[in-house]
Amino acid sequence: MQAKKFIPLVAFAVLAGLLFRGLSIDPTELPAARLGQPFPDFAQTELISGRQISVSALAERPALVNVWATWCYSCRVEHPYLLTLAEQGVPIYGLNYKDEPVKAREWLAQLGDPYQLNVSDVEGSVGLDLGVYGAPETYVLDAAGHIAHRHVGVLDEAVFKRDFSRWFPAVAPPAVAAGPESGQ
Amino acid sequence: MKPALKALMRAMICGQLWLAPVVLAVIETYEFSSPDLELRYHQLSQELRCPKCQNQNIADSNAPIARDLRVVLYEQLEQGATDDEILAFMVARYGEFVRYRPGVDRNTVLLWAAPGLLLTLGAVGLLFHFRQRPSARSTDLTEAEQAEITRLLGELRD
Repeated sequence: MQAKKFIPLVAFAVLAGLLFRGLSIDPTELPAARLGQPFPDFAQTELISGRQISVSALAERPALVNVWATWCYSCRVEHPYLLTLAEQGVPIYGLNYKDEPVKAREWLAQLGDPYQLNVSDVEGSVGLDLGVYGAPETYVLDAAGHIAHRHVGVLDEAVFKRDFSRWFPAVAPPAVAAGPESGQ
Repeated sequence: MKPALKALMRAMICGQLWLAPVVLAVIETYEFSSPDLELRYHQLSQELRCPKCQNQNIADSNAPIARDLRVVLYEQLEQGATDDEILAFMVARYGEFVRYRPGVDRNTVLLWAAPGLLLTLGAVGLLFHFRQRPSARSTDLTEAEQAEITRLLGELRD
């Protein structure tokens, strides 16, 4: 039989295809379990003012919820971009995750404060309810208060244009669909 | 001399046995209200996957998030939550990823079916292999070889 000769070749091609696909999959990127759900309610203090806040404090929407901490090196890397976004009018709420409030306040005083307010989550319970497994993480809260998107890792302009501009068209117009004319 | 050596060894073994619970207590500092809860704690912490370190369960991992999840697991067990409730709690936050034995759904059905499918495929392959090449098995033996086989089989039967 002639077709039989090609079985190893076909098997190889299938395997090679699967392995090639595997190269571009990032195993550390987990699907967010909370997508499409309302932001989990909480009762915590606000980092600067010390007042008690709940989820209703995250009133301005769509908004970003940025999970950060002073022990997180990448948070320092993305901080200047958060300041830029805040200047451009993107409402950003902070979730100060498993951090020392004193250090966190120092950080904001030194580096600038891009946040509307900061949920002080010393125990990490809000983070747990949200499914946070590291910092930085940035969530999009849509107009209805649902979690619309999660980004794990440093948020920069390229990531924002690619994944976030849908909710903030005024700040960063969506990148033109990839095509020969898109390169300017 | 010999009895003394024996006694020494016995003492050493007893000493180790006596030490064993102490050593375990250093690793796990939770105090459970019942041994049953402790057993379930160990089972569940080995079945839950650490979201940060990925290829470790939360029992083995030193990541802060794994420690947090162990605390949650302990608290929920002590509060009387069932295994299903605890797993549902974890899955609601971290997705099916946190379970080393995920539930069957659209994403995992292939994973669950794969062993059965591959086994069936292998069996079918073998079947075809032996059907198509019957001649390969019936190689002609010389009379001497045939006699030797009969003799060996006879020996086995005895």
